[in-house]
Amino acid sequence: MPDDITQRVIAVIAKTQRLDPSAIQPESTFAELKIDSLDGINILFALEEEFKVSIPDDAAKKITSVKEAVDGISQLLAGGTA
Amino acid sequence: MTGRVAITGMGAISALGRTREEFWDALAAGRSGIAKLEGISAPLRFSNGAQVRGYDPAAHFDAKEADLLDRFAQFGAIAAREAIAHAGLRGLPAQTAIVTGCSVGGIGTEDGQFEELYARNNPRIAPMTIPRIMANAAASRISTEWGVGGPVYNVSTACASSNHAIGQAFWMVRSGAVDCAIAGGSEAIFSLGFLKAWEALRVVSPDTCRPFSKDRRGMILGEGAGMLVLEPLEAARARGARVYAEIAGFGMSSDAHHITQPSSDGPARAMTAALGDANTPPEAISYINAHGTGTPANDPVETAAIHTVFGAHAGRLGVSSTKSMHGHALGAAGALEAIATTLALDRGVLPPTANFTERDPQCDLDVIPNTPRAEQIEWAMSNSFAFGGLNAVLVFRRAA
Repeated sequence: MPDDITQRVIAVIAKTQRLDPSAIQPESTFAELKIDSLDGINILFALEEEFKVSIPDDAAKKITSVKEAVDGISQLLAGGTA
Repeated sequence: MTGRVAITGMGAISALGRTREEFWDALAAGRSGIAKLEGISAPLRFSNGAQVRGYDPAAHFDAKEADLLDRFAQFGAIAAREAIAHAGLRGLPAQTAIVTGCSVGGIGTEDGQFEELYARNNPRIAPMTIPRIMANAAASRISTEWGVGGPVYNVSTACASSNHAIGQAFWMVRSGAVDCAIAGGSEAIFSLGFLKAWEALRVVSPDTCRPFSKDRRGMILGEGAGMLVLEPLEAARARGARVYAEIAGFGMSSDAHHITQPSSDGPARAMTAALGDANTPPEAISYINAHGTGTPANDPVETAAIHTVFGAHAGRLGVSSTKSMHGHALGAAGALEAIATTLALDRGVLPPTANFTERDPQCDLDVIPNTPRAEQIEWAMSNSFAFGGLNAVLVFRRAA
C-alpha cells in the first residue's frame, strides 16, 4: 500500500491529467503517463496547493516521475530544500 | 510603383531609454536594461525585469488625456510621435495605415480596477476601464492624434504581435493599398497579477536573460513600444526623406503543434517564406535578430530552425538576441527588434547577445557574445515566435 504522500501525489496527478488514479503507479514516469512539460507545470501548481509548499524552479526541473514528485514534496515537508 | 518599401522613421521607448537614440546607444554598447523590479509589492520567484524607468506621463500628455490611456497606449503614442518626427513628416498622407501589435492590452488598469473590486470591497469599476484596457487603444490613439482615417487595427498574436503588424503594414504599402503606414507595437505588463501568472509558467529567469548561453535560466519580461514609418521607396526618395533601411520580405506560419512547446518546423517555414517574399537567397543574409528568449526550450529549437533554413551558411551568420538588453516586451518585442535591426543596417554595428557566459553545443551559432561588432551588412532578418505556435519573420535590406 503506497504511503499517504504517494497517494495524495497520485490523486493530484490523476485530477490534473483527467486520469483514473488506478492508471498511475508509484513508479510511473511522466513520460509513460504522456505528461508533457506544460502538463508538468500544471501538476507542480496543483501539488503546491495540495501540500501548501512552494516548489522552487530548480527543484521543479528535476521532477519527471511520481517518485521524484513524492521525494521532492517529502523533503519540502520535512523543512529541507527539494 | 517599384514595390519597394522604405523605413523612414523610428521611435522607441524601452528599458534602454525613453528615445530611439538612447535605445540604440545601449544596444551598440551591449548594455542591458535589466534591473531589479520596481513597484511590485508581493514576492515572486523572479526579481528582475526590463522596465521603462523614470517615465512621467505629464511630460507627454495633458492630465485629462492621460486619464484615457493605459501606460501601454501612452508608450505607443509616444513612439509614434518620435517616429513621425524622425521621418520629417508634419502630417500623414490621407491613405495611411496604422497597424499595432499588442498582446496583453491594459493589464495595469485591469489589475488595479479588479483589485478594487475583489480586495477592497469597492463595488464600482471606473468607467474608463474598458477603453483603457482594449488592445487597440494605442492604434486608436495614434489615429485620433494624427487624424488618420485609413485602415487602423491591432494584431494580437502574443510574442509575434508586432512582427505580424509590421508585416501586414509592409504588404499594404508594397501593394499600393496605402501611401504610408505607422507600424509597430506597445506593451506595459508590470502588474502583479500578470507577473504571478508568468511565475506559474516557470519560464522567467531568477537572475538575468542569457540567450544561447549554456547556463541560461529563462526569459526576462520587458515593456515599451517601437513604431516605424513605412513609405514606398520611390515616394520617400521623391520627397527627399532619409531612408534607414527597406523592409524586403515578410513570412508567417503556424506550428500547428503545441500551445507552449516550441517546434523548429514552423519557424523554419516562416523564415523560408520571408526569404521567398523578399525574393532573396538565404546566403544574402548576414545577421539575424533572433527570437532568442533565453529559455532552455526556445534557443536550441531556434538554432535548429536556422540550420534547416540556412544550411552551411548558418555558420557565417551573426545571430544575436537583443532581448538580453531590452527584455522580452511580448507584443512590442518585434517592433523593438525591427528598430534594432534597421539601425544595425544603418549604422554598421551588429548588437550583441549580452549576459553571455558559456557556449552551448545545442546553440552552435555565432551569437555575437557580449561585444558589439562593427560590420556593414546588406541584408538582415528578425524572428518572432509566439506561444500558440505562431511565427512571423521580417527581412530587411540596407538602404541603397
